[in-house]
Amino acid sequence: MAVVGTRLPAKTKKTSLILKNAKLVAGFSIFAAMLLICFFSMGFVSLDLTRIGAVPLSLRPSSEHLLGTDTSGRDIYALMVYGVPNTLLIGAVAGAVGTVFGTFLGMISGYYRGVWDNIISSAADVQLMIPILAVLIVIAAFISELNLIALGILIALFSWAWPTRTIRSQILSLRERNYVALAKASGSSDLKIIFVELLPNILPYIGASFVSAVSGGILAGIGIQVIGLGPQRTPTLGMMLYWSIYNAAVIRGLWWWWFPPVGVLIVIFIGLFMITMGVDEIANPRLRMK
Amino acid sequence: MRITGRYVLKRLGIFFLVVFVAISINFIIPRLAPGDPVRAVLSRMTRSGRQISGGSEMVAAYEKMFGLDAGLFKQYLRYVANSFQLKLGYSISNFPTKVIDLILRSIPWTLGLLSVATLISFLVGIFLGAVLAWEQGKHKTRLYSRFIPLFMIFGAVPYYLMGIGLLFIFAYTLQVLPARGAMSIGAQLAFNFRSIIDILYHALLPGLSIVLSGIGYWALGMRGMMISIIGEDYLYLAEAKGLRPARIFWRYAVRNAALPQVTALIMSFGLIVSGVVMVEIIFSYPGLGWLIFNAIGNSDYTLIQGTTFFLVLSVAVAVLVLDLLYPLFDPRITYTER
Repeated sequence: MAVVGTRLPAKTKKTSLILKNAKLVAGFSIFAAMLLICFFSMGFVSLDLTRIGAVPLSLRPSSEHLLGTDTSGRDIYALMVYGVPNTLLIGAVAGAVGTVFGTFLGMISGYYRGVWDNIISSAADVQLMIPILAVLIVIAAFISELNLIALGILIALFSWAWPTRTIRSQILSLRERNYVALAKASGSSDLKIIFVELLPNILPYIGASFVSAVSGGILAGIGIQVIGLGPQRTPTLGMMLYWSIYNAAVIRGLWWWWFPPVGVLIVIFIGLFMITMGVDEIANPRLRMK
Repeated sequence: MRITGRYVLKRLGIFFLVVFVAISINFIIPRLAPGDPVRAVLSRMTRSGRQISGGSEMVAAYEKMFGLDAGLFKQYLRYVANSFQLKLGYSISNFPTKVIDLILRSIPWTLGLLSVATLISFLVGIFLGAVLAWEQGKHKTRLYSRFIPLFMIFGAVPYYLMGIGLLFIFAYTLQVLPARGAMSIGAQLAFNFRSIIDILYHALLPGLSIVLSGIGYWALGMRGMMISIIGEDYLYLAEAKGLRPARIFWRYAVRNAALPQVTALIMSFGLIVSGVVMVEIIFSYPGLGWLIFNAIGNSDYTLIQGTTFFLVLSVAVAVLVLDLLYPLFDPRITYTER
């Protein structure tokens, strides 16, 4: 895995590596800009405008309604302003819970091996084979009152397997290194080895797992909402997509209704993709060639 | 013998575990609601003001099928047995019709769309990714390799968002391709030239959304694999032997780098199926995804459960088969005990 001469000794070098990585900077800027615009706009766009019948129906964009209104009388700009952070929240909760859980399992599995490794690896194999959308549909169909956080946690229950596998394979190779043997010989406890010796070395992989888990979480959250389940009253991009598809907005030419969520989602996924590529280049120096 | 019995047993074990998990979720979730599952579903539907024809017959049919008078564990065993035999019960919204019949009616559309579109995007993506890695750092780059970054960006976009974009361009703005359905309205399914053209015509947009956003994903994985192979000694040896560049590219580099991509294909099978489900909803394409979408709209819980279980089962079967076949294609892999 590691190539001779690619270890990064000093901390300053790592930060400059992040700043120099154009993809990472671009990816993070996208999210920062998006959230800034949303939070800034919340100051003068009321949440009430996202309720059904708050504004006249099917208006084109104008100075009064920046992005127009939908066929149920909701202001599209207000839906976007509150919907974008909500959508990212689902992904962040799913990604964070899934990654923390997955990292923990991956470390145990890779470090201790043996029976626990067998159990955890098999469980991860099982989870990876289950199409998450199918299971979420069943659960969300019966639990009608899901809020954003609950949806995020529900998604996390089915998104720990990738982080587990990634971290496990890293730990498996790291634990054979000499410095781990040295730490063991000098009497360090397992916990200390895991957290002090191993954890810092797998941070880029945890980062990469987190980004892809967030991406998967947003994808699953939108999927469940587009299909007509999950929180339908809280403004999110998925809920906007559901109503615009349900009302055939594309074919009826109501472009100001379907384009904002679709366009912003595409930007979100491309932003996450750029961050993933950037993190990969840092974690895996072989890719860092022109 | 490359495939050991232990390997086969392990794959089989995981397969059965997956199916068991799916069945158990299907069994437990409805029972978290108070009352027995059939009546709970029915009362929920009447509360939402829906008309149910044959309600009492349905309750009777269900009680017979699930043995709701028996203890919970016995019910569970019966449920597992029924599920494995694909006895998925009746659809609530069109009662005497069985869930499995509705599924069987939808499968050909999903299967056709899924297999053809995935295969095309996989093969094209692998080729483009290989070329991209191969030509890195060389002076002349071919014209088509300039489009690869575009495909990579497409690859970050989920199928259904691509679908909405294509719908807008080709069905609304240009009006050259149909916006919904798998056949023209009123057309009869028949095995003749006109029918086949009609079906292809309708499948073009949904298929294209899957292909366009799939290519970049496969290209990216292939590129990474190729880059790690390019430094290998056997490639220098092949060059030193004076083999034609095309032969080195195809037989030495692509062949070795492409096989791990098959693993990636197996691993992401569940995601692909979910993606196709969403695409069907965008294009009102009458496959399993559209079936689920309508079942949710009608609160047809048995249909939702039956169809999603069927999806899980199909993915598990497909992965099992591919997993067992894979070692036959890749002689480097031997599944012995570690």
